Amino acid sequence: MAVLVIAEHDQTNLKPGTTNAIAAATKIGGELHVLVMGEACKAAADAAAQVAGVAKVLLADASAYAHSLPENCAPLVKDLAANYSHVLVAASAFGKNLMPRVAALLDVAQISDIIAVESADTFVRPIYAGNAFATVKSSDAIKAITVRSTGFDAAASTGGSASVESIATTADSGLSRQISQEVVKSSRPELAAAKRIVSGGRGMGDGDKYRAVLEPLADKLGAAMGASRAAVDAGFVPNDYQVGQTGKIVAPELYIAVGISGAIQHLAGMKDSKVIVAINKDPEAAIFQVADYGLVGDLFQIVPELTAAL
Amino acid sequence: MKILVPVKRVVDYNVKVRVKADQTGVELANVKMSMNPFDEISIEEAVKLKEAGVATEIVAVSMGVTQCQETLRTALAMGADRAILVESAVDLQPLAVAKLMKALVDKEAPQLVILGKQAIDDDSNQTGQMLAALLGWPQATFASKVVVADGEAHVTREIDGGLETLAIKLPAIITTDLRLNTPRYATLPNIMKAKKKPLDITTPEALGVDVTPRLTTLKVVEPPKRKGGVMVADVAALVDKLRNEAKVL
Ligand SMILES: Cc1cc2nc3c(=O)[nH]c(=O)nc-3n(C[C@H](O)[C@H](O)[C@H](O)COP(=O)(O)OP(=O)(O)OC[C@H]3O[C@@H](n4cnc5c(N)ncnc54)[C@H](O)[C@@H]3O)c2cc1C
Ligand SMILES: Nc1ncnc2c1ncn2[C@@H]1O[C@H](COP(=O)(O)O)[C@@H](O)[C@H]1O
Repeated sequence: MAVLVIAEHDQTNLKPGTTNAIAAATKIGGELHVLVMGEACKAAADAAAQVAGVAKVLLADASAYAHSLPENCAPLVKDLAANYSHVLVAASAFGKNLMPRVAALLDVAQISDIIAVESADTFVRPIYAGNAFATVKSSDAIKAITVRSTGFDAAASTGGSASVESIATTADSGLSRQISQEVVKSSRPELAAAKRIVSGGRGMGDGDKYRAVLEPLADKLGAAMGASRAAVDAGFVPNDYQVGQTGKIVAPELYIAVGISGAIQHLAGMKDSKVIVAINKDPEAAIFQVADYGLVGDLFQIVPELTAAL
Repeated sequence: MKILVPVKRVVDYNVKVRVKADQTGVELANVKMSMNPFDEISIEEAVKLKEAGVATEIVAVSMGVTQCQETLRTALAMGADRAILVESAVDLQPLAVAKLMKALVDKEAPQLVILGKQAIDDDSNQTGQMLAALLGWPQATFASKVVVADGEAHVTREIDGGLETLAIKLPAIITTDLRLNTPRYATLPNIMKAKKKPLDITTPEALGVDVTPRLTTLKVVEPPKRKGGVMVADVAALVDKLRNEAKVL
C-alpha cells in the first residue's frame, strides 16, 4: 500500500518539516505520495514533486484550503486516506492541529511526534517531556502519524520527478474563518530548521536587552533566535521563539543558551542539539548538566566578548 | 451557556520521572500528581467567562482512576460548579477520551468545551482536535486569547511564525496555550466550599463507549544521556573549543 505525506507550505515553498516527514515515510516503505492543499499552490506542488523519493503529488487547490482550516482540510484527507496504509505530517503547529482531526474521522489512534520507525506498525516517540522513549505498536488499519523533525534527516529537496495530479476538492465547512494573521517576517533562518541557535532566558532582563545583547551574536553566527518560556511570558520576544516541551523542538549543530536555567521543559526542546553552550552566572544551573561547554559568569559581559571574538 | 472542561490528573510538572527497570512504563508510585497545567489554564478561562457573564455553568470532567476526584476537587475550588468522573482503570488514550467526552457532550449540550492543548505526561496533543471531529464542531487550538460574542468565539492562536485569529461558530472546541491566562490559586474557603459541590461518577460502560486501547506500548526506555559538561574558563577558551574541538565555527 502507498503512504501519504501531507505537505506544509506557504503556497510557493515547502516548509522545512515536510521533507523530514517525507524521510520518515521513506523508512516505512511503499509508494510515496504527497498531498498539497492550498489556494494557488501549484508552485508548492511542483516543489514537492522534486523531493527525492516522491512518486506522485496530489494537488488540491481551492479557496477552502487557503488558511489550512482543519474543518475544511480534514474531510479531504479522510476521504483520500482509504487508499493509504499511513498518513504522515510534520509535528508543527499545522500538523498538530490537523492530524488528530483526521485520525478521529477515520476512527484510528494517532501516533504523535515519532522519532523512529521500527516497522510498518511500530514507532518510537518521546513522552514525559522527552524523559522517556516509548515504543508503541498500532493495531489500526491506517496509521495517522505526526513526525518530529529532529528525528529524521530531511529528504533531498531535489532529485525527484513525481507527477502532479489535480484532485477533486471539498467545500468550505462554514464553521470557521480566519480573521487575521500576524506572521513576523524575519531574515534569520527558521528556528525549527536552523543550524545554529542563540537562545535567551529570563536572565536577559528585558526585551531591549535581549535584542541588544543577543542579536549581534546571532548576526555573527547566522543563527536563528530562540527563548525560554519565561522570556516569552515576560514579553521579551514573540511566542513562537519558545523552545521546549510545549514550544519548538530543535536540534541544531550549535545551541547557545544564555541566561536560561535549564528546566526539564526547556531541555525537552533542545537537548538533542549537537553542541550545547551554556552561559549562566549560577554554577549550579541545570543547563550545565547538558552543556558541552559551560561558562559561568555575567552574560552582559560574556556575550559581547564572545561576539567580538568571532 | 454551559462550558465543559476536561481536566487530567498527571505527574506534577516539577517531578523528573524515572523509567521503570522492567521497561513497562515510568515510576508512578509515591510520585506527586497534579492537574495538567494546561487544564488549569482552561478552568481559569472558563471561570473568567463566567465572571464576565458569558458562561452560566462550568462542568469539570476527569477520566481515569478514583484519585482523579482530587483533580476534580481542585477544579471545583478554582470555580467549576460541578464535576463528573468517568471512572476506569483502563489506559485511556486520546481517541477514547474524545469518545467519552462526546458522549458527555451529547448529554450536557455545552456551547464550549475548553481543553488543554497537551497533557504533559503522554504529550499527545490530540484530544481536543479529535473531539471536534467526532462532534463535527469547529476547533481553535493553542489559544492565547478568547472573546465570545454573537454565537461565535474569536480566538487568537499561537502558530509557527506568529499569531492567527479565527472566528469559530458555537458550539466549538478550544484548546489552551500557556499565554492565555495565569490560573488562580484555590483559596482555603473555596477549597472548603468545593467539598460540597456535586461530583457524579459514571463509567465508560454506562456511557456506551468502547475504550480499548489502539496503541500498545511495547517498551519504555530512558533516552540516551548527554555526557557531563566541560566548564571553560573564559571566552577565549570557549572559542578555541568551538573551533578546534567541536568544529562548529
Ligand atoms: C506546562 C508547562 C510547560 C512548559 N513549557 C516550557 C517550554 O516549552 N519551554 C521552556 O523553556 N519552558 C517551559 N516551561 C517553563 C519551565 O518550567 C521554566 O519555568 C522556564 O524554562 C524557565 O525559564 P528561564 O530558564 O529563562 O528562567 P529561570 O529559571 O528564571 O532562569 C534564569 C537563569 O538566568 C540566569 N541569569 C540571570 N541573570 C544572569 C546574568 N546576568 N548572567 C548570566 N546568567 C544570568 C540565572 O542564574 C538563571 O539560571 C513550562 C512549564 C510548564 C508548567
Ligand atoms: N484522562 C483525561 N481526563 C480528562 N481530560 C483529559 C484526559 N486525557 C486528556 N484530557 C484532555 O485533553 C487534553 C489534551 O490531552 P492529550 O491529547 O492527551 O495531550 C488535556 O489537556 C485534557 O484537557
